[in-house]
Amino acid sequence: MGKTIVEKILSSHSKKDVCAGEIVVADLDFCMGQDGTSGIIIDSFGSMEMQNVFDTKKCTMVIDHSAPSPLQEVSAVHKKMRNFVKQQEISLFDIGCGVCHQLLPEEGLVVPGDLVIGADSHTCTYGAINVFSTGMGSTDVAAGFATGKNWFKVPETIKFDCFGKWPEGVFSKDLILYIIGNLSANGATYNAAEFIGKAIDVLSVEARFTIANMVIEMGAKCGIMLADKKVCEWVKEHSSRSFLPVGPDEDAKYLDIKEYDVSNLEPQIAKPHTVDNVCPITQMEETYIQQGFLGTCTNGRIEDLEIAAKILSGKKVHPDVRFIVAPSSRRVFLEAIKKGILQILVEAGAVIVTPGCGPCVGTHNGVPSDGEKVISTANRNFKGRMGNPNAEIYLASPATVASSVIEGKITDPRKYLET
Amino acid sequence: MKSYGESKMRFQGKVHKYGININTDEIIPARFLNTSDAVELAKHCLEGLDEGFIHRVSTGDIIVAGKNFGCGSSREHAPLAIKECGISCVIAETFARIFYRNAINIGLPIVESKQAVKDAQTGDEILVDLEKGTINNLTKKRLYKTQPFPSFMQELMKVGGLIEYVKKKTG
Repeated sequence: MGKTIVEKILSSHSKKDVCAGEIVVADLDFCMGQDGTSGIIIDSFGSMEMQNVFDTKKCTMVIDHSAPSPLQEVSAVHKKMRNFVKQQEISLFDIGCGVCHQLLPEEGLVVPGDLVIGADSHTCTYGAINVFSTGMGSTDVAAGFATGKNWFKVPETIKFDCFGKWPEGVFSKDLILYIIGNLSANGATYNAAEFIGKAIDVLSVEARFTIANMVIEMGAKCGIMLADKKVCEWVKEHSSRSFLPVGPDEDAKYLDIKEYDVSNLEPQIAKPHTVDNVCPITQMEETYIQQGFLGTCTNGRIEDLEIAAKILSGKKVHPDVRFIVAPSSRRVFLEAIKKGILQILVEAGAVIVTPGCGPCVGTHNGVPSDGEKVISTANRNFKGRMGNPNAEIYLASPATVASSVIEGKITDPRKYLET
Repeated sequence: MKSYGESKMRFQGKVHKYGININTDEIIPARFLNTSDAVELAKHCLEGLDEGFIHRVSTGDIIVAGKNFGCGSSREHAPLAIKECGISCVIAETFARIFYRNAINIGLPIVESKQAVKDAQTGDEILVDLEKGTINNLTKKRLYKTQPFPSFMQELMKVGGLIEYVKKKTG
């Protein structure tokens, strides 16, 4: 019987012919920890009584969740990580390098067909370039560091067939928010989500990362896409590793097939306090905001900054609003400087912070006050997510965030993009 | 990190009942991730959801929650905080997958049962027997069967969690 992409990747990595539902022990191509989770990785690695990681080239640590350190306790974790990577002779992406999920593909560390685990739930991001990547806890990743293996239950796959012509002002973020609203926060729990169709084909690789990044918000184990010509070229530009794209068999068995026509999609908003609390922007009541945030592993890439600059060019951020921008990596930061994007954003009143996760995860760089409303390009709006349980977070595309910080209230970006 | 091997398989305690989609930011906010000290983490357990919880919880108590418990971040600090504050077992309709693995790995007993969750109320006295696969709501006088763990996971639990499993395989 035919196989799905994830059945094929888990079969090749376990050297067994496996189907959905089976539990396998599989070989890992890459393992990652970040500064929120690496403290326990290092502890668990020690408890396993292991001397060395399985492969120094296949493990990395990233300091992105609190970078640079806002507290001495965090500094202690960072120091522990720096000592560990030196001792183990593995790579470290220190403060300023960027968000882990931008770095792994951008640095060419992961390629199509790979099996990757990371101690961060948004590790699913690399599915956009045909990688089976999934988030796990620290002890699971420590087991990966130690042995180069971990166990997986082969997931069933839900296929999302996306077609139609993208309307102006509507982006991949709007589609994934719509899908999550449609399926609910646990609509794909334990499953793989496979995205195919003409509406995916026309997206840039960057825009595809946004979709794969957010599948965890409906419980999915991974969000996987085909390695088409665009992906293969993108990967070759970033990596020297050879790879073999993995596609599904024609008679592959799916748990469900869902169809989405993007032609009539509107910009979407996820309202507080759950990501599946989604409505079209045209159904939003007037909502004044005090902060806007553009960045994260979801939407901190060059084209995200570019669309924001296009909207904000020659305009000012509303006087009642703070607008915080975090490029997703140093590379993105530099490119945005070269392209003049940061000049436009800063002139409009934006505050640029170090590439990293801080504002999204509430560790520093823009914790909102009680009763404040924030519009953000991030992937989570849970209560307390940005560091204050008495603030409210609305999620949207970079264009919607840029339009909203101009007007001081949640604003449909289409009025700023009509030509 | 205590293993299952050392822990008992029966847990009895009072219920603290919560709703659906309890996420890890509610269980332990990211600003506390700078420590892996379980005692310190436990002081902030469920702070984002129910500030009074930590003052009401007693050793042996049981959290009962709806579907998708532990969704969100991969932070292992979440099950660590729950375990350390005295909770003996979490019963949910379903668990988010990363939390599910983390709980097994660190030795926090978890069981799934839709009906037991539906019937239970805060304050009920519940007895969970992992070996028999039963949940007994002593207050409501109702007995439920739990979903059995896959055999691979039973093996993991038998040797005492993932750390012991790796030690055994590599030792």
